[in-house]
Amino acid sequence: MFKSLQIAGVVAVASLALAGCAANEGTPASDLTGTLNGAGASSAGSAQEAWIAAFQKANEGVTVNYDPSGSGAGRESFLSGAVAFAGTDSYLKDDELTTESPLCVPGTGFFEVPVYVSPIAVVVNVDGVDSINLAPATIASIFKGDITNWNDAAIAADNPTAMLPDLTITAVHRSDDSGTTKNFSNYLSKTAGDIWDGEVSDTFPYTTGEGASGTSGVIDAVTNGTGTIGYADASKAGDLVAAAIKVGEFWQGPESDAAAAVIPDSTPVADRSETDMAIDLKRDSTSAGVYPLVLVSFLVGCNDYDDDAIGVLVNAYASYLTSEAGQADAASAAGSAPISGATRERAATITAAIK
Amino acid sequence: MARTSIRLNRWFLPLLALASFGISSIAVTIPAATTSAPFNFVGASALGAVIYAILSFLITLIAQGPRVAKDRMMTTLVLVAFAIAVVPLISLISTVVTLGLARFDGDFFSSSMRNVVGQGGGALHAIIGTIEITSLAAIISIPIGLLTAIYLVEYGRGRLARAVTALVDVMTGIPSIVAGLFAFAVFALFFGPGIRMGFAGAVALSVLMIPVVVRSSEEMLRIVPSELREASYALGVPKWLTVLKVVLPTAVAGLVTGIMISIARVIGETAPLLIVAGFTQSMNYNPFNERMMTLPVFVYFSYSSQGTDTQAYIDRAWAGALTLIVIVMVLNLGARLISRIARPHTSR
Amino acid sequence: MANTRSQVPKKRGDVVFSGLVTASGIAILVTLSAVATFLVVESLPALNPSAEIGNAPEGFWAYVAPLVFGTLLAAVLALIFATPLAIGIGLFISHYAPRRIASSLGYVIDLLAAIPSVVYGLWGIQVLAPAVQPIYQWLNENLGWIPLFVGPVSGTGRTILTVSFVLAIMILPIMSALAREIFLQTPKLNEEAALALGATRWEMIKLSVLPFARSGLLSSAMLGLGRAVGETMAVAMVLSPAAVITFALITPTNPSTIASTIALDFPEAAGLNVNALIAAGLVLFVITMAVNIAARGIITRHARKVAF
Repeated sequence: MFKSLQIAGVVAVASLALAGCAANEGTPASDLTGTLNGAGASSAGSAQEAWIAAFQKANEGVTVNYDPSGSGAGRESFLSGAVAFAGTDSYLKDDELTTESPLCVPGTGFFEVPVYVSPIAVVVNVDGVDSINLAPATIASIFKGDITNWNDAAIAADNPTAMLPDLTITAVHRSDDSGTTKNFSNYLSKTAGDIWDGEVSDTFPYTTGEGASGTSGVIDAVTNGTGTIGYADASKAGDLVAAAIKVGEFWQGPESDAAAAVIPDSTPVADRSETDMAIDLKRDSTSAGVYPLVLVSFLVGCNDYDDDAIGVLVNAYASYLTSEAGQADAASAAGSAPISGATRERAATITAAIK
Repeated sequence: MARTSIRLNRWFLPLLALASFGISSIAVTIPAATTSAPFNFVGASALGAVIYAILSFLITLIAQGPRVAKDRMMTTLVLVAFAIAVVPLISLISTVVTLGLARFDGDFFSSSMRNVVGQGGGALHAIIGTIEITSLAAIISIPIGLLTAIYLVEYGRGRLARAVTALVDVMTGIPSIVAGLFAFAVFALFFGPGIRMGFAGAVALSVLMIPVVVRSSEEMLRIVPSELREASYALGVPKWLTVLKVVLPTAVAGLVTGIMISIARVIGETAPLLIVAGFTQSMNYNPFNERMMTLPVFVYFSYSSQGTDTQAYIDRAWAGALTLIVIVMVLNLGARLISRIARPHTSR
Repeated sequence: MANTRSQVPKKRGDVVFSGLVTASGIAILVTLSAVATFLVVESLPALNPSAEIGNAPEGFWAYVAPLVFGTLLAAVLALIFATPLAIGIGLFISHYAPRRIASSLGYVIDLLAAIPSVVYGLWGIQVLAPAVQPIYQWLNENLGWIPLFVGPVSGTGRTILTVSFVLAIMILPIMSALAREIFLQTPKLNEEAALALGATRWEMIKLSVLPFARSGLLSSAMLGLGRAVGETMAVAMVLSPAAVITFALITPTNPSTIASTIALDFPEAAGLNVNALIAAGLVLFVITMAVNIAARGIITRHARKVAF
């Protein structure tokens, strides 16, 4: 016993000795200090990673943790008081708006600002296929499980010149609650509503197909499988083939300019507070150069934090996210469409008022 | 070996095996050549084993009769079972080593993931977290486990002792995730639902570690010869001093071995730490405040939340896995070394 | 110090020390009852029949049934794969391999038992799943008439069959270590008697080793089952889950297991879902406890001491 206690002691001392020397961690330089915990959408994970790195470099005394556990998880963790802010791909539901988070001063409400706009790519992994067109109805049938083979007539009709193999389709969807799923589902119900009859929510509506956890899980499953198809934030799509979807008479790939073009078309959600910028996107756009299968990621937090120290940190972090620099950082790191113009200015005004 | 009617040359079986694998390689290669698929090693081995089993059985049956043939058949089967089991284990180790070495560099052990996007970064924060949390778990578990073992061996009589023995058995079976849920609920009760701290992880690990320590220590204490205790009593030494000065020193090598193996057992636990210790990209030296990264969770998160440059994340996951295996191996080998060096003391 | 006159301190020392050790025995009692109490108390809200949980509005039992099914299916399959292999390895080390190789193989297997499950998970998803997918394709094309192998075949290999392969590999080291111990304990006289009567090696094993080892093997299988049932990370990383009860082993739609569901869903659970997950944890606890108690029962009934 004594020997092992000594070992434990030596280990503890050694760990303290090691402690001083993380090569990439400096000493605090700015006056902000503390730890800020957030959770939410894994689609915006790459952007959050870049934001956190830049923010921490500017404020060495601050540690920001972002747990990319999913939009549903982020909102629930925030509302239960487990994290100080949430990132979510689907705006707060009406019943969530009426909940009181233990973190906020009662009655002051939440802020909700768009920080990240990104196309959702429909990615496929089929040997010998390096580009593919898919109409909304075809995508809906594939993910619902009605089309099960790549040589199906509907897919061939979308791709008259391509040679598609006789291969079973494995459609990979998110097994966890996800804003990506909700945006995807919403798009299909607006553009192929006669086929996509499932409920539009964070949960995938059908039991067919294969489930994978998180954006990376979907990408990983599609990459390692054969004849697979999935949907994920375009920034994570990597080398996978992303389908061009049919918009009106045009085929449009998931480019960030085309995604950004959706925002001016969208309408604000009715009956929301001054600090709530929830918007409904125009999914059934038919104009050229628009990619309506996008997700808009919102940052959600309290307008007035019970703990002022947290309020200061959230204010600083959210203000950076909604600044031009923050949007540019995300665009270069994650390939998102930067939010600009009046939308960004209004968001910046809201985040500057957080306390 | 059994007496045989016609003795087969001792080179016969190895040659037969070689021939079988040769035939199967050709058989597998011919159709593969037309499709230009890579050589299917697993398929060739499997077919070769089947050919060998059948041929050796038939030849032995003719040459030496059914009993020897059956014996040979079973020998083949045992060897095949061994081979089947060894293949995935070798694949596991070799994958971890080859893929892990890509990032098994100085950077990996000298930096955290703070402000790292994509390439670079390391697991120092996770290594520190693992060391601190496991040490805390050891500090909680070793005294309780050891004292309980002493109680069971030296003092325990009657109903309480039986109950404790039974409960230690039950505790060995607690799934690690349930231990995590328990620690989470206990700490959430006091600190609210957002609580994440290294110490909570240590508590969860203790629930898993205590029964292992009790088990191994109990076994070690039981093999201390009772003559030693009786001799000590005869000299007028009180029982508690006998235990401290005679029984424990006699068994110390075995105790340390058991404890090291129990540490190796919990150091790789992921699920409970995922729930209660959370995860972070930065260093955190204080196990009583805020989230703390650990190596297994580092491996899991590197895999499960890959950024844009996926390969960098996967490389880090494998390097973390390699580090974990190295730590576990070192602990196990150390334990064996201690028990071997000190063996003369324990056995008379 | 051990002076004849210090009668009182001696006694006090004994009282203090025996109090201390008894207290830690009781601490174990308290810990375990704390775990059990908390699991039960936190589970109760979810057990209310009108409770609406997650995607299963029919109540807790409808929610947990596919999970229990998946847990048992994966574990039993793993056991079916692992048992013959463990016996093979045990026999190889105890009765076939040369002595020197045998003892170092024993060490290697003990080391493998300590590899963390997250490493098995990483290997399962990155190496094993893509490797077995073509085999599933083949199974479905040639044996698709067996209900176990009906399509559609998973394109990624992340099926319950792959999970049970990973679990089998994970429980192999501990099971074969136990099997080896048991085989080595066969009385030498029995073995030599069998050989002296002219038995071949296999006949000797069949006549003297296996009958002796039967109960020990059974309990080692039960311990392996207990391990497989509680395994979390490897399953969470490999499986493509869905809330279904099906014996189809190679489709993308697989029943999930309790432990992996807790690990994946707990971070994002709130309200009643937390209670439901904890209640699922309680069910898992009861299952592993039953398996372990059965294993110990077999051991004590046959009064055979096996070191693990």
